[in-house]
Amino acid sequence: MKKTTIQLTSICLTLAALFASCEKFLDLNPLYTQDAENYFETPVDYDRALIGAYDLLQSSFITVWIGEIASDNSIAGGESVTDTEGLHEIDNMTQDAVNNEIRSVFRWNYAGITRVNYLLENKNKIDFEGKDKIIAQAYFLRAYYYFELVKYFGDVPLVVDRRLGADEVTKLTRTPKGEVYAQIETDLRNAEAVLDWSAAQKGRITKGACLSLLGKVLLYQNKFTEAATALDRVISENQYQLIDDYTKLFSVANEGNSETVFDVEYSGAEGGSYGCLICLEGNAAPGFHGIRQYNGPEYGDGNSYNLPTEKLYNSFAAGDIRREASVLDIDAFIAAQPNSANITYAVGGGGHTGYYNNKYIKRQGEIGLPDNDLTSPVNYRVIRYADVLLMAAEAHNRAIPANDAKAREYLKLVRDRVNMPEINSGGTQLTQDIWAERQYELSGEGHRFFDLVRTGEAAKEIPGFVTGKHELFPLPQVEIDLAGGNWSQNANY
Amino acid sequence: MFRPILSLFLICLLAITGFAQTTVTGLVTDNLKQPIIGATVLEKGTNNGRITDENGAFNLTIADVNTAILVVTYSGYEDNTIALMGKTNITVLLKDNTEGLGEVMVVGYGTSTKKEFTGASSNVGGEELQKLNIPRVDQALQGQIAGVTINTNSGSPGGGAAIRIRGLSTFGDNDPLILVDGVVYDSEGLNSLNPNDIESVNVLKDATAGIYGVRAANGVILIETKKGRANSKPTIELSTYFGVQQAARKLSLLNATEYAVIKNETFANGGDALPFSNTRLGDGTDWQDAVFQNANIQNYNVTISGGSEKTTYSIGGSYFSQDGIVGGDKANFTRMNARVNLNTEMSSRMRLSSVFLYTNEERDALPENGIGSVLYNTINAFPTDPVQEANGTYSYLEEVSDIINPIAQMQNTYNTSYVDKFVGKEEIAFDITKNLTFTNRFSYNFALVDQKAFSPLVWYGPGKAQNSALNANLDPTQVEIAPGTLIDRGASVYEARATYSDLNFESYVNHEYTFRLIHRLKTTAGISVFSRNGKGLGGTAFNIPNNSIEYADISANLAPGGFLNNANSFQFQERLLSTFIRTEYRYGTKYNGSFILRRDGSSKFGPNNRYGIFPTVSGSWMFSEEDFYGLDKIKFFKVRMSYGISGNDQIPNFAYRGLLNGEGVYVFDDIITSGAAIGRAGNPDLKWETTRQFNIGTDLKVGKRFDLTANYFIKNTRDLLFQPDVSGVLGTAGPGSYPPIINAGDVSNKGVELELRYSSDFTKKLRWSTSLNTTYLKNEVLKTPDGVEFLPGASFGVGGNIATRFQEGYAIGYFIGYETDGVYQTQAEIDNSSVVQDGAKPGDLKFVDQNGDGKISFNDDSDQKELGSAIPTFTFGYNVNVSYQGFDFSANLYSAIGQEIIRNYERQQPYANQLTYNINRWTGPESTNENPRLTTDLNRNTIFSDYYVEKGSFLRFKNIQLGYTLPKRMLSKLKIQSTRIYIAANNLLTLTNYQGFDPDLGSFGGALAAGIDYGFYPQARTFMTGLAIKF
Repeated sequence: MKKTTIQLTSICLTLAALFASCEKFLDLNPLYTQDAENYFETPVDYDRALIGAYDLLQSSFITVWIGEIASDNSIAGGESVTDTEGLHEIDNMTQDAVNNEIRSVFRWNYAGITRVNYLLENKNKIDFEGKDKIIAQAYFLRAYYYFELVKYFGDVPLVVDRRLGADEVTKLTRTPKGEVYAQIETDLRNAEAVLDWSAAQKGRITKGACLSLLGKVLLYQNKFTEAATALDRVISENQYQLIDDYTKLFSVANEGNSETVFDVEYSGAEGGSYGCLICLEGNAAPGFHGIRQYNGPEYGDGNSYNLPTEKLYNSFAAGDIRREASVLDIDAFIAAQPNSANITYAVGGGGHTGYYNNKYIKRQGEIGLPDNDLTSPVNYRVIRYADVLLMAAEAHNRAIPANDAKAREYLKLVRDRVNMPEINSGGTQLTQDIWAERQYELSGEGHRFFDLVRTGEAAKEIPGFVTGKHELFPLPQVEIDLAGGNWSQNANY
Repeated sequence: MFRPILSLFLICLLAITGFAQTTVTGLVTDNLKQPIIGATVLEKGTNNGRITDENGAFNLTIADVNTAILVVTYSGYEDNTIALMGKTNITVLLKDNTEGLGEVMVVGYGTSTKKEFTGASSNVGGEELQKLNIPRVDQALQGQIAGVTINTNSGSPGGGAAIRIRGLSTFGDNDPLILVDGVVYDSEGLNSLNPNDIESVNVLKDATAGIYGVRAANGVILIETKKGRANSKPTIELSTYFGVQQAARKLSLLNATEYAVIKNETFANGGDALPFSNTRLGDGTDWQDAVFQNANIQNYNVTISGGSEKTTYSIGGSYFSQDGIVGGDKANFTRMNARVNLNTEMSSRMRLSSVFLYTNEERDALPENGIGSVLYNTINAFPTDPVQEANGTYSYLEEVSDIINPIAQMQNTYNTSYVDKFVGKEEIAFDITKNLTFTNRFSYNFALVDQKAFSPLVWYGPGKAQNSALNANLDPTQVEIAPGTLIDRGASVYEARATYSDLNFESYVNHEYTFRLIHRLKTTAGISVFSRNGKGLGGTAFNIPNNSIEYADISANLAPGGFLNNANSFQFQERLLSTFIRTEYRYGTKYNGSFILRRDGSSKFGPNNRYGIFPTVSGSWMFSEEDFYGLDKIKFFKVRMSYGISGNDQIPNFAYRGLLNGEGVYVFDDIITSGAAIGRAGNPDLKWETTRQFNIGTDLKVGKRFDLTANYFIKNTRDLLFQPDVSGVLGTAGPGSYPPIINAGDVSNKGVELELRYSSDFTKKLRWSTSLNTTYLKNEVLKTPDGVEFLPGASFGVGGNIATRFQEGYAIGYFIGYETDGVYQTQAEIDNSSVVQDGAKPGDLKFVDQNGDGKISFNDDSDQKELGSAIPTFTFGYNVNVSYQGFDFSANLYSAIGQEIIRNYERQQPYANQLTYNINRWTGPESTNENPRLTTDLNRNTIFSDYYVEKGSFLRFKNIQLGYTLPKRMLSKLKIQSTRIYIAANNLLTLTNYQGFDPDLGSFGGALAAGIDYGFYPQARTFMTGLAIKF
């Protein structure tokens, strides 16, 4: 017995000794990847984090859809009414708090904000030349993402310069829209002060983008004088110029032209699938807008979404080249082709108007890698110089005191380019004319619904629009639940 | 040709028996004086032995009858050793341990007997599993053990199954810890195990599994491979079976005429043009007939085992091949196994135990489950289109872009994976004293996994997402690599190789100490060091010559400048460091107590919570051994109880820290530029989830033939590890970003398990045995994370609303949606209804106003209710074996009752084909109150409601078998011990009301996606015939 005890003890001691020396055995570090808490050591780290924050701009396709489909410009279309059902509900103004598309808007923009905040949380970790420009771009991005959220949802929780812990979410409240706008303005002014009129790389944010977005944000708040000031700075700098041929504005070949103020950049060089639309490097909008089962020249086949309405088509003045450039009358187009009998396409079960979005549409020669319905290289033109001119015109026209002469001058620039006659009205008629011009110039680009809401014209133009309700989209119910259920829903949802 | 060689071989084997001098005759009987047939009588220290004949008699020639010692063995009986001392005629009595209670079972770092074991465990003999001829061990286990639920995730050859011991206890990984001869196997890897190599499977279900600490919360399955017997001549077992599989069931889909009529109506109701001008189209194409085929399954197996006095061995080899009922050889799974199990006494105090398993697998896979799978395309393809057009091209099924021709799809799919797996163990046990053994073992599990997928240029029709070519001429897509520079992007091949290796060193002592005769103390203490590493490298190359599989290798690629080609890699490592001690105390034969303590350190967790301590106490009382015990009928009566804590660490590595492995990619200067983004948000306080389990049970033996085991358990899992959907404000919805893994939520599983077994007197001519096991299980979520009412689970339809939830007071992943109350018949009915249902039109489903506010709310869940759960209330397994003379019959049934299934394989698309229940759609007032109208209009009939929930209960005849063992006399000249031939049917019949392919449905996508049928690959019905020969 005694001998056994000694032997047993010695084995145990040996094992214990062996074990004690092994505790370090568990200290593993991840291989070939960086730790989020151990980052921002080099200038490159900052720029890489910034690129990560840029990435969420590529969610722009959803704004092109909702901004048009919610308005009188287009219907949802597609394969059936249950395919991307959220868009059909938005089309009919029957959207409720269970809507995947609306939820995506909420989540993707907050993902962008979180990436910006991660960078800004660490902005003082090291100093290097050029850091201010990186920080400035980050400010712009945050402003852009918050502006999207405010447009859709009104009051949204405002988180600035820090990441949230999971347990903090339930304590968040919806920050009043005014405070969010104030932060957006601050971010844009901070960005504008640092950035140059031209950027080192195509796709980087410029001073012009900052000021133009600032002007737009101010316009959305009806701060017309301030908006005019910001936008006039863009115009007076003479950095931008309308290109001659309106019909060529949306081609890949014409990207980065003199009219480009701010584009979301896409590439067709990476394939993609429906599993993760936000992971794409290509633009999903042109393929979605493409002609269903199309088999013919010039265009590629697509999903027949976001189909322009007859009302839009008919709203253009005779001779306005922007009608054909914006809206494709598919049957007329086919009939005009030499071998029209051989050209076929299909009508989707989700609706058919005979028209297609001719700005963002899958075109031959602009086709990305498979699934090429999702990987268009066509950039999304967020702010074109024409938009800047129209916003400036509106700001001058609606400012107190108004400067209608200036407004008409800017409007003339836009109309001259498409050989449309000058407009000589003033006052509220001029306001109406500017708003109409925005539809002719910018239809199909995702602005219409927000313009109608901003100007109070929505109930007049959109069937089913309920004033006091549909100015905002409902907060996704699941987001309310996940935040602890304390947020109030938007009015009348 | 075969026979002479075989005879020669046998003669060689027998030659070693040598010369004879004295013949000893004898009889082996049990204690009821019934002869025992087939007992081994062996002269100790030699290979000289015989098997008793049908009268229990033997004769053996012995060199020296004065000194010879005979060892008589027969399974189920205690060994008997007899010194001849000159006798030449003896009768040997073998004591029945039918009780089976004396059988040694492995319980982790030691052994126990069923009699003494204080925990709840169930044992299945290898023979019972092998007899089923089911290629995967886990599938074969279905219905064998109370408390163990097994669902098939895919019926495709090589497809997986989900093993759940005592219910779903967590959100994430519910797989039990599986050890094969002590070597860790993941459930995925069970494919590589040959059921024929298995000696026994023991499942530790309760807290006594806590000896495995941080990985034991989901239960532990201990699989032992076959070993040889000491002092036995080599026995050679050959077995083979061959079978034909077929689809057990087809869906009832519309034929061409029905389809055209219904589609016309659907479009007309939506105000759209009618798609078919002529609806008299006959039956059209039956796509299921075109896709399903009969497929072969075959298996060949050899096992050689035996042993000398100091060494035992068992060697096995097998070949298994199975084609798919979908895809045939495009879905083939082939497996080859080799196994050596060697035990030897190196000295009187040192024993070596060595196991080596090698597996080679090859699996061809087709796309499965949901959109894009072959079956999905089959179900939804239009019966009005032919499989092939007159010119031989496959039809395009043009109207729906996500449905492609399934036959063309199968032809163009080339996706093969290859696995080479080496698993083994070297274990040396050293007896320091008689009572103290020191064991060191080293085990490894090394797998080399290769994959090759060839993607030819294909054109499935205009607008199809799966097209890789630009047009029907198969012209390649062009890629602009620099402004103005276009290159072709042709057929591509993806190749990858990954290696995974587990290394485990374990060292422990077993000490046994008896004092004052009736006190016995057994102690086990030791350490375990475990490390798992994996790394992989893969690449894609484009422009494979001739668009042909013949050149499908990266080396053959012709991609100009290699611009399109790309490569990727991964690596990971994880480690565990553990100490454990178990003390078992026995008082007399009546009382057993056991205490287990294990401390685990896991690299899965951060420094804040790296180590965990897991204690378990258990005890048993042999009531039937008490002096006052008076129940004569019940020979054995034991009561057990256990309580303990175990853990689960099955989460991704480094989940405790945020890593920059998200996707932060943008385009600058027209070039895709990589940045950085946080992948999964970190959680430094992350720790293992803990399961506290209480078990009370009893083991009874009534008479000699009837066994009963019953258990009641309460299993509470706390601090569930999961990755819940979190608020979008946290920013985890970006590309490559994920919510953090957190510890939150409690789940309880309570249940009752019952196992009954009866076996008739097997000395009689007609012998039979039967067993029934049943499990009652109640699963309930006890707690959700603070401030969160529920966690949303899987969604219904394509991008549809959430249909399952994790919510307090309900089962994990219960179904929630709208309750329907028939169909609105008229506009007047809608107008006069006391409940406002927005957008309702005649023919629409009528939803029930749950909260009584007079309005159906589609905004929130106030009008939604529980519609079911995927978790069966009861499961049953039933086995029966009957043998008479040479004939044997067996049947194996499995039933699950009380669960629901969500019918989610119907694509809600105007053109997609539909099930025939749609013939009874609503067409006008009073036409039907069951099925809603069909229309292309926007309506709410496709939101998730009980209309899409079906009862999932089923009873399945898993295996039915009829065999015949040839009389021994016929074969004795060939030295063949036994020959059995049989015919069998697997999955012959399933009784269920479920409309889908197969109600035995696993989960694709975690615990919250269970019970959602995405149109998964059903299990085949198999008819087979087999042969087993033993030399």
